Amino acid sequence: MTAIQKTFDSAEIWTILEGIKDPEIPVLSIVDLGIARDVRVHDAKAQDAGNSENGQLEIIISPTYSGCPAMYMLEQEIRKTLTNHGYPTPMITTSLSPAWTTDWMTEEGKRKLEAYGIAPPEKTTRNKAVLFGGQKKIACPKCKSTNSEQISEFGSTACKALYRCRDCKEPFDYFKCI
Amino acid sequence: MNNLLKKDALAQYAAQIGDNGLIIGHRMSEWCFRCPAIEMEMALMNCALDLIGQARALYSYAGTADGQGKTEDDYAYLRDEPDFRNALLTEAPNGDWGDTIVRLFFMSAYNKLFFTALAESTDSQLAAIGAKSLKEVTYHLRFSSEWMIRLGDGTEESHRRVQKSVDQLWPYTGELFTMTEAEETLLKDGVSVDVRLLKPEWDQIVNDILAQATLSRPQNDWAQSGSKAKGIHSEEFGYIITDMQFLQRRYPGCEW
Repeated sequence: MTAIQKTFDSAEIWTILEGIKDPEIPVLSIVDLGIARDVRVHDAKAQDAGNSENGQLEIIISPTYSGCPAMYMLEQEIRKTLTNHGYPTPMITTSLSPAWTTDWMTEEGKRKLEAYGIAPPEKTTRNKAVLFGGQKKIACPKCKSTNSEQISEFGSTACKALYRCRDCKEPFDYFKCI
Repeated sequence: MNNLLKKDALAQYAAQIGDNGLIIGHRMSEWCFRCPAIEMEMALMNCALDLIGQARALYSYAGTADGQGKTEDDYAYLRDEPDFRNALLTEAPNGDWGDTIVRLFFMSAYNKLFFTALAESTDSQLAAIGAKSLKEVTYHLRFSSEWMIRLGDGTEESHRRVQKSVDQLWPYTGELFTMTEAEETLLKDGVSVDVRLLKPEWDQIVNDILAQATLSRPQNDWAQSGSKAKGIHSEEFGYIITDMQFLQRRYPGCEW
């Protein structure tokens, strides 16, 4: 909508990105989730015509899972939101390395997740050689009891597993750590 | 040998890995709305989505390496049967739940080792895709291993049927550990994985799970091949791409 691009303000851009929510977990922003990795501003001189005289804005994003169906939508959302805030034609780059991990989720994000009813991810374990076992005690987001059991390793989205609390009997999603 | 240009070898290599993911992912997606229970359905669809997602990244990279402006959609929708170099195992029919699980188990055990090695590739994009995919296929291996044990060590009928699946799919596993020209070409620069070296560890994983599942490992290691090296597929493959490519063939350039 806005034709004139403002001078880049990294802090403002991060704030704008915080306003963009994950479509599957609307309480979390792409910053909380660690999907938005970096905001870069490139020199105007190095850019083709058509970009702003102030240079080119680049947003680096990292997909949670390879097949995450929300990535395309998020890209469009980032583009639209930044344009509406006076930063047209941002470049959006998908980065696979380092691979996204739940360790990138902010503490604030984990709190919001739990309040929303989804058990937040534990810290990742380094021992990937173990195939079975090592099942963590996941606290029920409703009653906080750790007397829970896994119903299904896969839940409503790739990033969640299905659990059940043995005390309050509530089924709940667990954001699995990868 | 090794007359292949490195650029073309890289494009072929990325596409060939992608083909494995796309074809088994498509096969698994055929179960959509047909799984015995909702948890099984969600699990299988999640795994399929990972595999198809991996294929997308690999096809995009193949298009870049190829330098002819091909997109991921060109690779998936506009190539013909002999162009696909997936392992025969990935195109095996879904059969019953046991057949699908055994196919996923054999493939996931391979994928876990393969992507672990690919994460060390000297090609940074392949290494990135390898590291990303490894996290996902680790889940697939655990999910399919649990089912192997549940079916093998389950009822008399489930044991009998899953043993039959193991026996039927076994001849398609050997092809995974054969090298294509592209793989050979890229090996000396450390770009590709020497899949022959993965076999002993694959055997170990498979033997361990088969033992826990009280299933026996087939003794005859004769392997069917043809698809990975030459694009010669089983009869079923034509039906897969007929289904998968219909929309783009009927309405060229159609977009969502």
